[in-house]
Amino acid sequence: MSIGHTLLGLLESGPRHGYDLKRTFDEKFGHDRPLHYGQVYSTMSRLLKNGLVEVDGIEAGGGPERKRYAITEAGVTDVARWLATPETPEPYLQSTLYTKVVLALLTHRDAADLLDGQRSEHLRHMRALTERKRDGDLADQLICDHALFHLEADLRWLELTAARLDKLRQVVAP
Amino acid sequence: MSVAQWARDLAMGVRFALTGGREGWTRALLTAVGVGLGVALLLLTTAIPSALDARHEREADRTDITWMDSPAPPKGEDTLLVADLDTEYRGQEIRGRGMEPEGPGAPVPPGLDAVPAVGEMAVSPALRELLESDSGKLLRDRLPDRITGTIAEEGLVGSREFAFVRGAEGLAAHLGDYRVTRIDHFGASDSASEGLDPVLLLLVIVVFVVLLMPVAVFIATAVRFGGERRDRRLAALRLVGADGRMTRRIAAGEALAGSVLGLLFGTAFFLVGRQLAGQAVVYDVSVFPSYLDPSPLLALLVAVAVPTAAVLVTLFALRGVVIEPLGVVRTARPARRRLWWRLLLPLAGLAMLYPMIGQGREGGDFNQYLVVGGVVLLLIGVTALLPWIVERFVARLGAGPVAWQLAVRRIQVNSGTAARMVNGVAVAVAGAVALQMLFAGVDDDYTRDTGRDVSRAQMQVTLSDGMPASATAGFASTAGVEKVYAFSEGSVGDRRTDPESSEQVTVGDCAALREVVRLDSCADGDVFAVLDPSYESDIKALATPGRVLYFDPSYGDDEGARVAWTVPEGVKNARERVGLTANTTTGFLFTPAALDGEALAGLRTEVYLQLDRSVPDHQEQVRNTAAAVDPLADVMVWSATEQSEKFTAIRTGLFVGAACVLALIGASLLVTQLEQLRERRKLLSSLVAFGTRRRTLGLSVLWQTAVPIAVGLLLSAVVGLTLGTVLLKMTGTPVRVDWPSLLSMTGVGAAVVLVVTLLSLPPLLKLVRPEGLRTE
Amino acid sequence: MTTAPPPGSLLTAENLRKAYGPTLALDGADFSIHPGEVVAVMGPSGSGKSTLLHCLAGIVPPDSGTIMYDGQELSAMNDARRSALRRSEFGFVFQFGQLVPELTCVENVALPLRLNGRPRKEAERAALGWMERLEVDDLAKKRPGEVSGGQGQRVAVARSLVTDPRVLFADEPTGALDSLNGERVMELFTDAARSANAAVVLVTHEARVAAYSDREIVVRDGKSRDMERVV
Repeated sequence: MSIGHTLLGLLESGPRHGYDLKRTFDEKFGHDRPLHYGQVYSTMSRLLKNGLVEVDGIEAGGGPERKRYAITEAGVTDVARWLATPETPEPYLQSTLYTKVVLALLTHRDAADLLDGQRSEHLRHMRALTERKRDGDLADQLICDHALFHLEADLRWLELTAARLDKLRQVVAP
Repeated sequence: MSVAQWARDLAMGVRFALTGGREGWTRALLTAVGVGLGVALLLLTTAIPSALDARHEREADRTDITWMDSPAPPKGEDTLLVADLDTEYRGQEIRGRGMEPEGPGAPVPPGLDAVPAVGEMAVSPALRELLESDSGKLLRDRLPDRITGTIAEEGLVGSREFAFVRGAEGLAAHLGDYRVTRIDHFGASDSASEGLDPVLLLLVIVVFVVLLMPVAVFIATAVRFGGERRDRRLAALRLVGADGRMTRRIAAGEALAGSVLGLLFGTAFFLVGRQLAGQAVVYDVSVFPSYLDPSPLLALLVAVAVPTAAVLVTLFALRGVVIEPLGVVRTARPARRRLWWRLLLPLAGLAMLYPMIGQGREGGDFNQYLVVGGVVLLLIGVTALLPWIVERFVARLGAGPVAWQLAVRRIQVNSGTAARMVNGVAVAVAGAVALQMLFAGVDDDYTRDTGRDVSRAQMQVTLSDGMPASATAGFASTAGVEKVYAFSEGSVGDRRTDPESSEQVTVGDCAALREVVRLDSCADGDVFAVLDPSYESDIKALATPGRVLYFDPSYGDDEGARVAWTVPEGVKNARERVGLTANTTTGFLFTPAALDGEALAGLRTEVYLQLDRSVPDHQEQVRNTAAAVDPLADVMVWSATEQSEKFTAIRTGLFVGAACVLALIGASLLVTQLEQLRERRKLLSSLVAFGTRRRTLGLSVLWQTAVPIAVGLLLSAVVGLTLGTVLLKMTGTPVRVDWPSLLSMTGVGAAVVLVVTLLSLPPLLKLVRPEGLRTE
Repeated sequence: MTTAPPPGSLLTAENLRKAYGPTLALDGADFSIHPGEVVAVMGPSGSGKSTLLHCLAGIVPPDSGTIMYDGQELSAMNDARRSALRRSEFGFVFQFGQLVPELTCVENVALPLRLNGRPRKEAERAALGWMERLEVDDLAKKRPGEVSGGQGQRVAVARSLVTDPRVLFADEPTGALDSLNGERVMELFTDAARSANAAVVLVTHEARVAAYSDREIVVRDGKSRDMERVV
């Protein structure tokens, strides 16, 4: 995720202080990993340098955290361009799980056990997410759903692989 | 709309009906069987008139003894003496003839190559079967002749008719007897077909209409088998681009296929049924398969009318259904059923019948078209009114136990289906109730009270002329005979020929005489006379001692024995009483010793028998004795009343027909019921899964049919009574409601429903096995 | 695995076998569930999930093996007793086709109570209470054909809960619903079951539905694997 673009986008609704930006970001997107202050300031200084933001004012007392940032015309254009550019879907072609399954087959270990264990682990995660969804607000629900759908996709792959283990064994470990 | 388009859509429907996989096949088969049964019944009905004609013709062709006062031909080379030897065996009538050719040119009866010789006989196939079986042993004793031939079809009026022809000798001596005649050919010269009397004609017409109406209703139901599934298929067709009109035409094509298939089935059923009909005996009437030949015109009418009706019914049924690409929409709240046009039908029917009220008696003719039209409209009125009444009625029903609630709600949602299911039964019962009433009403006119006292004697044997009373001794030792009252009867006149006054003569022992007159005392040798008869007579003058009277005087050409007898002193008085027959005995009465043999020769002997009815086959034993004593003896079994035979036949026809129709309707009810159950299989299984008792489900199925049936029977009772009243008024008979038959007819209707429910229970229980949940 | 059933189990099954004709639907399956527990039964289609549920619920008797419910041997009961148990102690939700189309929704929900002999008024009052909890009380007078799939399924859930059952059996309860409706049904269902301390046997092939469970067992080729005991 591009933190620069996200912060720029947050600024579009009006000038803000650095700590204000961090708090809003954490609230909306940070769930698992809150932003470090340092990350905010290094990003803001990069944006300043590129002319995408400008300093709108400095409150008395000085110090970097007292700067108020505002978005520039170029910044708005940049946000618009970013939003309009589709994200490249992740290729998912490097799969640890696949590697594990093939190795298990090659070494004559029980690949079905491996898959069952993995499913159990996935479901454990999904239960936690489902639990969080039940208590959370709409933003929470959407975030969790995103994760749940991905996990579900993994699970489907697990089921499919489990159903095709015999064929796979013939291919990789004849 | 081009014809080609029509043809294409119809053809598509036909293809769907025939190639819809197993489902489609089952559906087409059900429809075909249903329609087929109806068609078979229709064909059978159209064949009945010709079958009756054929029987009538055969009967005319073999007529020998006419009992008419036609002069017998003189004895010649080409004459045949025929004796009527009809008998009865265990309630089964047997046509019997004794034949004695008087020369080489004597006629041979139809169905035989030659008249059997004395001691030999020819029998019908059915009789041969009986005689050769164990149950025919008693009869074999009566007919001991060697069987040398078989009577062919030309000599019989039915495949199961019992008939024999035995060789006879000495018949000429009995020519005066009404049971013996001389003929020179077989066949009635002009078959005197008596026209049906208008009341009987009315009965026949109404019976036919009443029987055919439910068949029509049944066919209409049959073409709707599997309708819901069909609707879903049509919806799928809409999805791929068929328009509303097309789907209707396709549906029509399906109905057409089903009904045409049904026609084929029906023809097959009919042909099979025709063969079976050759085996069947309905109240002594059997027919040869070849008799059942529907008239081509009527058959053609059936072939055209049935498919047309099927298509029309289908289109009519689709009227309230909108088939959309994504499913079937029944016009959510179907328009409230209107009453006025439904009431119009029965009212119009009554209006058609009204002008004929009071026309029945004294030759008044009924307009057959008005009768048929009126009855049909009244009965169609039942099918039109029933949905309206069922709808109104169930709308008021409250909730009761679960089974009741399930049933009532289902009827409320779909009262049309419920009403359709019982329409046939309702129409059949309404018609039958009306007919029963008509029968009961005219019963008095066609049932004669014979006035016989069946507590004192139950059988009567009339010996042929000249058989002496002593011949009756054998009856006393016959198994099952308790008392024998033998009388020799004749008349005595005041002159040898054409007497001016004559009196009855009765000879019997004291015990016998006391059964017919009151006597103060009696000893063998006594002579009695009823001196104070209840009518005017010359008996007192005739009974003057010393007067000469003549036994068996001659009347005109009819030559009697004319035996002179002098009235002795001491004729005792006898008083009248109700005798063994309805008549009273008057005239002279003799104990056997009072008369010599010469006088007895001119008398005819009657034997009255009191029987022990607990002895098996007592009637047959008596007949055997009678046949041994005198082959020409006439044996009668008494019953208190006697019915006009024609009337009995119509009544019988109605019962048989009603039984067939109700069985047919029962079959269609069952098919519909099973189909509905199958469509709800998943739901029923899930109900069982959460613990619904099977009893609850069974009961709800019962209520589901019982409620509409109850309404239907109520309506049919009302319509039936109305129709019955009108019909009675038409015949000019006093109106009387025959409650027992009303209750029994509605009872039969209710029983059909009960049986159908019982029969649908095993499949229901099989359907709701939890395995039903597995189909996913 | 022939370990003794864990103590405190409400419903346990051991070594179940069931064949439909030549097909072996269950081939030595085990199962156990505690009061208040939600257990998902997963596995590919045709693996025997539904058959396991049918056996556990006493709908179908197993060919061999034992099922214990609350100290009684369910597998030894006759059909009448099993039916009585299903009526009073168990609740059911199926994928679809379970509501009687002619009855109104409230009458459908009241049906199990009425089968147990409760008077109509009282049964319908209780039914309305459950419909409120499942947020479908406004549909009381409608017939199943007039409500949406999600609403119908909630009515079915209300019906499964109306007898205060101790075990709920759900066979693909959201199979015919979109994910939003399905999740709402699952939430309401598991919430209601947990608050009533009822055990739930949830047959599903969807992981996101299974995620509403406390643990899952997997059925494959008629054999069960209890994932907690494997891991």
